[in-house]
Amino acid sequence: MTPLNLFLLLSALLFSIGLAGALTRRNAILVLIGIELMLNAANINLIAFWRFGPNPEALTGVMFAIFSISVAAAEAAVGLAIILAVYRHNKTTNLNQIDTLKG
Amino acid sequence: MSTNLLALLPELVLTITGVLVMVLEPVIPAGKSRKPLGWLAILGSLLSGLAAFYQLQIVNAQGTLTAFYSTIQIDPFSIFFHLLIAAVVLVTLLGSLDYFESPITHAGEYFALVLFGAVGMMFMTSSVELLMVFIGLEISSISTYILAGFRKGRATASESSIKYFLLGSFATAFFLYGVALIYGATGSTSIGPIAAGLAITRTPTMAILAVAMVLIGLGFKVSAAPFHVWTPDVYQGAPAPVVGLMSTAPKAAAFAVLLRFLFNGTPMLHGHWILLIEILAVASMCLGNLGALKQHDVKRLLAYSSIAHAGYLLVAFTGTHQNAVAGACFYTATYAAMNVGAFLVLSQLSGFSERIRSIEDFTGLALKRPGMSALLGFFLLSLIGIPFTGGFFGKFYVFSGALQNGHVWLGIVGLANSGVACFYYLRLLAAIYSRPTSDSVAYIPVRKVTAPAAVALAATALATLGLGILPNKLVHLVERATPTTTAAVAVQPTQQ
Repeated sequence: MTPLNLFLLLSALLFSIGLAGALTRRNAILVLIGIELMLNAANINLIAFWRFGPNPEALTGVMFAIFSISVAAAEAAVGLAIILAVYRHNKTTNLNQIDTLKG
Repeated sequence: MSTNLLALLPELVLTITGVLVMVLEPVIPAGKSRKPLGWLAILGSLLSGLAAFYQLQIVNAQGTLTAFYSTIQIDPFSIFFHLLIAAVVLVTLLGSLDYFESPITHAGEYFALVLFGAVGMMFMTSSVELLMVFIGLEISSISTYILAGFRKGRATASESSIKYFLLGSFATAFFLYGVALIYGATGSTSIGPIAAGLAITRTPTMAILAVAMVLIGLGFKVSAAPFHVWTPDVYQGAPAPVVGLMSTAPKAAAFAVLLRFLFNGTPMLHGHWILLIEILAVASMCLGNLGALKQHDVKRLLAYSSIAHAGYLLVAFTGTHQNAVAGACFYTATYAAMNVGAFLVLSQLSGFSERIRSIEDFTGLALKRPGMSALLGFFLLSLIGIPFTGGFFGKFYVFSGALQNGHVWLGIVGLANSGVACFYYLRLLAAIYSRPTSDSVAYIPVRKVTAPAAVALAATALATLGLGILPNKLVHLVERATPTTTAAVAVQPTQQ
């Protein structure tokens, strides 16, 4: 197996683990961790395609990964603040118990 | 002025105003009204609309502008969406100027966040590089996550916010993974080179998977079924003017990205993504309309209606490139006018506390608030698609585009769905114009409609009416936005 395929396999695994975590976990923070895993799987893909691609002089993949890391950090900051606000009201971060909105 | 600055002029104006609002916010003493900041934000959105007009003059004279190493492209298509977003933001700001009943301390942040969100949406529509699209998408999403939970101190607000955040960033992960795969398949993340790379790619399966994942990511953002589950909860808990904004402007931006990405970036895979679009369109129309039938909360009802409208918009994508762009642009504009209008009426009726929310609360409203009831009724009729309203011509263009391109059954499903949609819109309308039950109207507090809100309501109503009576005006602008050089865009890079 070529190194690129190994990295793609790793990233697909990471994405699946993140997806499973985001879908099955009931704690908001663990769901967020699952989503972060999915984002980082995409970053691994971007860097692997850049490093083993036909054109590693063009820095597209790395640039994209750097931007996505910083954007994901901003997103996590906002997300944790929102989770704090939820905790303040409900005294829980369990998504099953946050269910006042329904119809 | 350099081309780079000119290409970003509307975004620059909005960013500077937004930062200014944030800087001035702590200068105003606690307890004082934040209204001057609102006026500043309104001025900023007005100026950015004018800046977009200025760009239109330049583009008329010199042709398409590209800036920042061809990552930003200013053509009539992006200018159309710039104008639309600036208009939606302007109307939302006017309508929510007096929304905050007591001068709460963080009202300034509201105005700044609306402006920052608009910056992201504008970026999405004018960029032809998926990295810029991603950044724009995140700027607009992060702002709206916070705005959704803006009625701080209420449990529903933070719940709405967290649901929006978790599902929104879940969608972002799909979008990013799709972009990574398309980078692997074509060696580029720019729309033009992607089209060129697809012609010679050795991994077409990966490209198809990539397009599907990008579609999933953007499908969440436009709340197309089956990725719509967050919509009713989020719209129910978010403040009404914010719902008016986030059900129209970010969706318009996401549809603009989809139009560029699918038609200019991946025309080679048309046969594959058209199937996905059809599935999304039918599912959104059916699930949206059927879901709305059993709703009691008016905001939830309108949330399901917005899912259905996303479905109608996706029908436009089955037309030819030109019909799709024209139909989708026209529909986003009419949908923005009538939906922002409907939510502005709701915010004027129930205020910050949102005490009237269910259809029962609206029973007999016409006796107490005849003007507001008439306006809401007008917007509902337009959402149904009654002739002489913008909604009728929007549906007409979308469905005729699909029919012309041979998607007859999709048109039939769409029309049948419009029939189903009549039921729930008319149920609300009938409640408003029926005799009040013993206590329904009595406790509705009459809030005075202030001048800025009246201007905003009049603007949305006139836009909805104008698009219904004189659609030609917008059709001309929309047809200019349609790319006449599609073939050239798709073929040109392959020659390099």
